[in-house]
Amino acid sequence: MAKQINIFVDNRAGRIQKIAESMSLANINIRALAIQDRGEFGLVKLIVNKPDKAVLALQEKGFACGIKDVLAVVMEDKPGGLYQLLKTFPEEGVNILDAYGFAAETIKGSVFFIEVKDPAQMTAFLQGKGYKVLTDQEIYEL
Amino acid sequence: MKEKIAFRDAQKECIDGQALRKYQLERLKETVGHALRTPFYQHRLNKVGIRSSDDIRSLKDLERIPFTTKDDLRESYPRGLLATDMKKVVRVHTSSGTTGIPTVIYHTQEDLDNWTELVVRSIVACGVTSDDVFQNMMTYGMFTGGLGLHYGAERLGALVIPSGSGNTKRQLQLMKDFRTTVVHATPSYMFHFSSKIGELGFTVEELNLKKAFLGAEPYSENTRKKIEEFFKIDVYNSYGLSEMNGPGVAFECIYKTGMHLWEDAYILEMIDPETKKNLGDDTQGELVLTTLCRQATPLLRYRTRDLTTVVKGNCPCGRTHRRISRIAGRTDDMLIISGVNVFPSQIEQVIMKIPEVGNNYQIYLAKEGALDKLTVKVELYSKLFSGDLQDLERLKRKIQDELRASIVITPMVELHEPGSLPEFELKAKRVVDERIKI
Repeated sequence: MAKQINIFVDNRAGRIQKIAESMSLANINIRALAIQDRGEFGLVKLIVNKPDKAVLALQEKGFACGIKDVLAVVMEDKPGGLYQLLKTFPEEGVNILDAYGFAAETIKGSVFFIEVKDPAQMTAFLQGKGYKVLTDQEIYEL
Repeated sequence: MKEKIAFRDAQKECIDGQALRKYQLERLKETVGHALRTPFYQHRLNKVGIRSSDDIRSLKDLERIPFTTKDDLRESYPRGLLATDMKKVVRVHTSSGTTGIPTVIYHTQEDLDNWTELVVRSIVACGVTSDDVFQNMMTYGMFTGGLGLHYGAERLGALVIPSGSGNTKRQLQLMKDFRTTVVHATPSYMFHFSSKIGELGFTVEELNLKKAFLGAEPYSENTRKKIEEFFKIDVYNSYGLSEMNGPGVAFECIYKTGMHLWEDAYILEMIDPETKKNLGDDTQGELVLTTLCRQATPLLRYRTRDLTTVVKGNCPCGRTHRRISRIAGRTDDMLIISGVNVFPSQIEQVIMKIPEVGNNYQIYLAKEGALDKLTVKVELYSKLFSGDLQDLERLKRKIQDELRASIVITPMVELHEPGSLPEFELKAKRVVDERIKI
């Protein structure tokens, strides 16, 4: 399953730059980034090639962060692709906590990262529907 | 033209100095007798050779008695300072202690009657009569401001509207419908009214306000003038603290030249907070009070921590009880937030008990309109962060709930990155107060 790093940051200038800097110094490649804003603070969400190493590098800089399992679902890069995927969620009664995606040239499709309460159960469900859910290794090799 | 000078009891209020001192000595002896029934004072007084009320021979003997502090009250919680049979106690008031343990004051029926009588005396001195309609916009409950004035106005025979604090629109509607003449509020709440009255569809002209008692937080002469001009009323300053019953310790009269401290109920001393030596009149110092008519919780030489000055000279009203000036400040770090007393240490204690946050914190005070806004900033403890946003929201609510339980008011809580707030060891400013002094 895909590992996402959630980093707690103050909502003030220069914090994401600081994260990018520490990733750069640790020679870690950021594959995807999203921000969840909550007023005085926010969560920066990272998909990287070496999550464990990234967490250590971030903690060394004093960041509070944790690793979460998220779904990395491959979908068709065409109109209606996201709609088709999301239509299946209410069938399972699953609520999406947060989501973001990007188009990936190498697989001629898009990868959609989805945070849900029980990612293992949802992985099995989506695979049953014919979706490809990437493992962490597969994401880093994109 | 000033209104007529009125008295509740002219004989007591205009008592001459010699008679007052004689009366004070009698009451002090009795108070010491009461105090000796408590384990706390028995120990304290025996140590300085006072074993019975007969050991008090003159008012000068008061100086032999050690000061009583808020910490003494806290350490005696809950019953160490109770001087009567619990059966005789009819009410208890607690107030915030510096560390979460409250201070407690017990009242017998006679204590409450004496307190109420002081309040009546105070509001009569400001010209309130039984014809007045009194809207009490102070918090009721453990906070003594609400109940104290309530019973006083009721005993005087005024029509009392126990509206409590909050709900500005309803307050204005009540004022208009019942032709309220006198209100009791904090100065910032009155300011809040002045900024909201038009917006809420009311005018000063359609109200019938004549007077306001403003207290529970410090304010300036300038603020008094602004509120008086806006509402076209007279504003009177008052002083009290829950350890000394509550409101009605000292009150202005119609001349507004300082607050008459009722010296037949309290012995007034002024001390230098550093050397603890007694100071003369006209020098700013810390107010020290001794109760003279309280059975259940007598307090001897209680350090109020309030800085004030005894006003020199006689008041044109004829009252002989000395006047104290506006409270100039505190000799401790107590904060007054929306009229509620809060010690930074109370906030610290709550934060230290929550494992998910670090030890650094900052108390930030600002004004939101005319009202006080308290924000408590804490740092997230990195090792206990799961990465879940929901956990963060839950944590904020938990901190807020626990702070509210401890300090009564509900603060805003902000979570910050570890290491982002000024550090403890650097003697950082824990409290940032950006409220404009009113």
